[in-house]
Amino acid sequence: MSAPIKETAPAPAGRTVAKVPVRPGDRRSEGVVLNVFSHGFLALWALLIVLPLLWLVLSAFKTDAQIGGSALGWPDNWTVDVFRRAWDKGIGDYFLNTVIVLVFSVPLTMLFGSMAAYVLARYRFWGNRLLYYFFVAGAMFPVFLALVPLFFMVKRLDMLNTYQGLILVYIAYSMPFTVFFMHAFFRTLPTAVFEAAILDGASHTRTFFRVMLPMAKPGLISVGIFNTLGQWNQFILPTVLMQPQSGDDPERYVLTQGLIQLQQQQGYASDLPVLFAGVTIAMIPMLVVYLSFQRQVQAGLTSATLK
Amino acid sequence: MRKGQYRFVTGFLLVPVALYVIFVIWPYLQTFGYSLTDWKGQSQTFRFVGLDNYRKLFQDDVFLEAIWHNILFLVFIPVITILLALFFAFMLNAGGRGRAGGVQGVAGAKFYKILYFFPQVLSLAILAVLFNAVYRSDGGGLLNGLLIKLGLVDADNPVEWLNEPNMVLWALLLVVVWHGVGFYLVLFSAAMQSIPRDIYEAALIDGASRNQSFFRITLPLLWDSVQTAWVYLGIVAMDMFVLVSSMTQNMGAYGGGPDHHSDVMSTVMMRNFLYYGKSGYACAMGVVMLLLTLVLSVVTLRATRRERIEF
Repeated sequence: MSAPIKETAPAPAGRTVAKVPVRPGDRRSEGVVLNVFSHGFLALWALLIVLPLLWLVLSAFKTDAQIGGSALGWPDNWTVDVFRRAWDKGIGDYFLNTVIVLVFSVPLTMLFGSMAAYVLARYRFWGNRLLYYFFVAGAMFPVFLALVPLFFMVKRLDMLNTYQGLILVYIAYSMPFTVFFMHAFFRTLPTAVFEAAILDGASHTRTFFRVMLPMAKPGLISVGIFNTLGQWNQFILPTVLMQPQSGDDPERYVLTQGLIQLQQQQGYASDLPVLFAGVTIAMIPMLVVYLSFQRQVQAGLTSATLK
Repeated sequence: MRKGQYRFVTGFLLVPVALYVIFVIWPYLQTFGYSLTDWKGQSQTFRFVGLDNYRKLFQDDVFLEAIWHNILFLVFIPVITILLALFFAFMLNAGGRGRAGGVQGVAGAKFYKILYFFPQVLSLAILAVLFNAVYRSDGGGLLNGLLIKLGLVDADNPVEWLNEPNMVLWALLLVVVWHGVGFYLVLFSAAMQSIPRDIYEAALIDGASRNQSFFRITLPLLWDSVQTAWVYLGIVAMDMFVLVSSMTQNMGAYGGGPDHHSDVMSTVMMRNFLYYGKSGYACAMGVVMLLLTLVLSVVTLRATRRERIEF
C-alpha cells in the first residue's frame, strides 16, 4: 500500500552541494539528486507522522455531521466544551485510575528493582548468578503465556479489579528490565565510596539509601521514564485484571482500556468528537513528558532494546 | 565479609523475589500444567486430558489461520520497518556531505529524530483510535477522504480498509510500521554514531559513493543492531493483540474479523479464555506462542549470524 500523499515537500537541494569542495572525481550530480531525494522522503515521512495526529486533534472540534462528511473539512466548532464532555464521560476517571496506579507502581518498581539489582551487582553469595538470570529471563517470555494462571492467582488473592492488585502485577512485570538495567548501573559505581561509607560505620542498608541510590540517579531516571511509559501504555494486563467482577463493582478501567471502551460506546452513541477529545487529552501528558525528556526517553528505550 | 551481611542480602531480596515469583514465574510454570487439563476456569475441578488440547489446537482452523497471520506479520513487519529505519537513519547521519568533505547528517536531522520518535511514546490504544478514524470506510476517513479528493477512489464506493479480507492485515501492518520506524531509526542512529568518522572519510577519499559507503561500511558495522531490531519486531508481530482486538470486526469478542481474516494467536487465545471460558485450551495456546517465540529468536539469531567486526 503506497502512501496517499502525493505532494513532495520542498527540498532545499542546492545548499549542501555547493559546499562540497571541488576535487577530481567528485560526483556532484549524484549529490544533488540524492539530496532532493533524501530531503523529499524525510519531509514526506514527517508529514505522515504529523498530519494524522493533527487531523485527529482538529476532528475534536468538528460536529458529528462534519466528521461523517468529508475528512478534509475545516472545523468550525471551536469550543472547549467537548473536552469537558470527554472528561465527564469517563476520561477523567480513567485518567485518575491510571495516575493512582502509577503513583504507587513506578516508585515501588524502582525501589524493589534497585534493591534486588544492587544486592545482585555488589554482593557475593551463593546463587547470585542464578538469581540474576532468573530475573532477566522473564523478559524473554510472552506475557500471554502467564495470563490465565495470573488471572486466577490475582482472583485467589481477592485482588481482581483493585488498584493494589494491578500495582503489584505491574511491579512484578517491570522487574526483569529494571533489575537488568540497574544491575549494569550499580556495577559501574566506584567501590571506594562504598568502602568509605562502611568504614564510617554506616550499615549496609544506610549505605544503599544514602550513598549508592543517590549516585545511581542518572540510571534511575532512565529506567523510571521507561517504566512510566511502559506502565502508562500497558493494555493487556489491565484488560485481564481490571474488569468489574459483579454488577455493583466500580469500573476501574485505566486510560488505555478506557479509550477503547469509549471508542466502542461512541461508535453507537455517535458522539465521535468526544472520543477524539479523549484521545487528545490522553496524548497531552505523553507529549509533555516526551518533549521535556526526549533525550532520556530515546536513550532509555534504546538501551532497553539493546540488552 | 561482615556480620549481618547475609541478613541484609536476604532482606533486600525478599520482597522483589516474592513478587516476581508469585506474579510472573509461578503463572508461567502453571500454564504448562493447566494446558494439559480441560479446565473451564469456573471451579477448581478439572480433568487431566494429556495432550488433548494440543491435538485440538492443530485441528482448530481459526487458530491455524491465526498462526499463518502471525507468520505474515513476522516476515513483513521487520522487513519494512528495518528497511525504512535504516534508510532514514543513514540519511540523517550520513546523508549530507559537509564543508570539509566529510560525512554528516542532513540539515534538520535532530528535528527529524525528535519528530519521528514521537509515535513510539503513544499507547497502542491511542493508535487504534487514531487509525480507526484514518481508515473509516466513508469519505470521513482521512485516507478515503484524500483519495477521493485526488480522484483515485470513487466517492460513492470508498475502500473498506478494515473490512476487506485481503486488505485488513496490510492496514494493520501499516500502523505498526508507522509506530515503529522512528524508534528503530534512533536505535540505528546510535549505532551509526559509534562508527568512527575516519572510516567514512577514508572511503570518501578512495572515491566511494554514498551507496558504497552504506553497503560496505555502515550496514556491516550495524549488523548487531539490525539483529536485535529483528528479534524485537518479531515479538511485536507475535503479539498484535491491541490493534487487532480494537480495530477489526468483532468475531464474538476481541476482534479478528472480517470472518477471522485478521485473527492472530493472541486474540484467539483471549477469546477462548475470557469469552468462551476455555482456560486449559487457552493455556495450550500460550505454550504454543512461547515455543514459536523461542524458535523465532533462535532462527533469527542463527540466520543473521555474521562474523563480528571489531572497530
